[in-house]
Amino acid sequence: MRSWLLTLSIVSCGLVFVSAQGPATTGEITVLRVQKNVYLLASSTGNVAAQIGDDGVLLVDTGTATMAQKLFAAIRTLSNKPIHTIINTHLHADHTGGNQALVKLGAGGPQPPRVMGHENTYNRMLAAAVEANANTPAAALPMNAFFTPTRDFFLNDEAIVLHHVPAAHTDGDTLVHFRGSDVVAVGDVFTPDRYPVIDIANGGTVNGTIAALNRVLEITVPAKYQEGGTYVIPGHGRICDEAEVVEYRDMVTIVRDRVADLVKKGLTLDQVKAAKPSRDYDGDYGATSGSWTTDMFIEAVYRTINAK
Amino acid sequence: MKARHAIGIAVAFLCTAAPANAQVDFTGQWAPLYHEDTIERIPGPELGDYTGLPLSEAGRMRADSWDADRISVVQEYQCRPHSADYSLRGLAPLRIWADYDPATQRIVAFHTHIGAYENKRTIYLDGRPHPNDYAPHTFQGFSTGVWEGNMLTITTTHLKENYLRRNGVPRSSKATFTEHWVLHGNYLTITHIVYDPVILTEPLVRSESWFLDPGQRAGLFPCEYLPEVPAEAGTVPHYLPGTNPWLKEFAGWYALPFEAVRGGAETLYPEYRAKMGAYKPKDKCERFCNCTGFGDCLSPTGGR
Repeated sequence: MRSWLLTLSIVSCGLVFVSAQGPATTGEITVLRVQKNVYLLASSTGNVAAQIGDDGVLLVDTGTATMAQKLFAAIRTLSNKPIHTIINTHLHADHTGGNQALVKLGAGGPQPPRVMGHENTYNRMLAAAVEANANTPAAALPMNAFFTPTRDFFLNDEAIVLHHVPAAHTDGDTLVHFRGSDVVAVGDVFTPDRYPVIDIANGGTVNGTIAALNRVLEITVPAKYQEGGTYVIPGHGRICDEAEVVEYRDMVTIVRDRVADLVKKGLTLDQVKAAKPSRDYDGDYGATSGSWTTDMFIEAVYRTINAK
Repeated sequence: MKARHAIGIAVAFLCTAAPANAQVDFTGQWAPLYHEDTIERIPGPELGDYTGLPLSEAGRMRADSWDADRISVVQEYQCRPHSADYSLRGLAPLRIWADYDPATQRIVAFHTHIGAYENKRTIYLDGRPHPNDYAPHTFQGFSTGVWEGNMLTITTTHLKENYLRRNGVPRSSKATFTEHWVLHGNYLTITHIVYDPVILTEPLVRSESWFLDPGQRAGLFPCEYLPEVPAEAGTVPHYLPGTNPWLKEFAGWYALPFEAVRGGAETLYPEYRAKMGAYKPKDKCERFCNCTGFGDCLSPTGGR
């Protein structure tokens, strides 16, 4: 038990240059029904989506390693079925840290829970483990990886479609669309409580982030007067719908365009930061301290603005 | 003895019929009055007119960046409704009805339906808490009310981003607002106060009135979003800082100092007039002259 926790900790050090708010050991989990089969299990360290049904429990992300027991207890308030599938939206440890523990805790079905993710996520997690010389158990990794633009399957009476959105938050981001429940879990490509984290070291870019947000908007269909319809579970923060993704996409696009204009005028990175091109949005999304500051966001936009 | 018994029954009846904290019946059909802020509300605000708004620097920059093309090119905006706070100021035939607790006959909720976008709200009076931070926000928010004498005071949270003025001045999703509903005979007045830590530096206080109109019927408000103009997917029209060509138009039309129409808390108070210098209005009214209400102000030249 202690050894795998240690292993995961080592992997986490290699992968997570930003986690939500540092490791959480005492955080509480809030459970909210989103729509039909899909629930949000939210905590200060990040969001987990759970799809519940006769076939078993499907999880989108698994939170941090230290939250795994509490997360499993929260899942058990919704279903006593084994965990059937875990999907990792990307590689960061605040979304994958609970993989191994939940595979173990949620076993009991005809097959062990499968852990899915895009192959870029798998490759980067494996590479980080190798680099850290960690004896990472298979259950901690999304061994059931896919490399195509989409992958789909049917579980708990509904179709589930995985969409890979390249070079966004990372290069392995996956959107998980529950077609019957009309809910899409999008990981950290959309975080309504902060500027998008663009993890350059793991393949993230600003243009890919905007493209990913546009992909979310293609998937979502609003109900009457832009209210409800398809609900969106972000990687962190509250349940949203299309209207809020639009505002967020517009914000990222506008800030990107302003930075591009300043770059075109020949400004250096420091000069771009000094111009405060996001100052009208900082009150909504910005931070001057913590793991992802406004300056870090502007720098990430600056450095990836020409990336395709 | 019989008389004493009858008085006892009467007292008991009166006590039951008039419970503590008298609840005012706001139910009915209410027709909007547009004498307040006419041009801003109907036909709509001029670009660059931020007068009367205690805007923060962020709010002003957001508004300056706004390009009206966005509500056409970005089809997700085409059917975006007025939020609960703005809805009070819009094209707003208002219907109010109530839910009663069958055990006490006290009102436990008011419901409102406003013509524009068929906006529907529920205002809970049963003491329930507001949802937690992870619950979805909506355009109408989550509202609870308490009685303060004959006045109903309502607190609304969980709002989606919307606008304070329909010329690009936003209202953030971090905002909340308070309403005070007061009845004067056949007139309903709602004073509402918006608290927005991002867009405003002070609370924004506004009011609107309606008169009782039992014959009124709020019609439907059909809305269908669709591509209206050819544009590359993901296009977001906006002005880069310093490039919006329309911002000075409003000040020019009314011969006002540009700084005076830029909003900000300072510009709201009478003392600001001293800073404006010798303001001389135009000799002849040129726009929205003699506006007295809805029908007189549908165009800048004042024609119907």
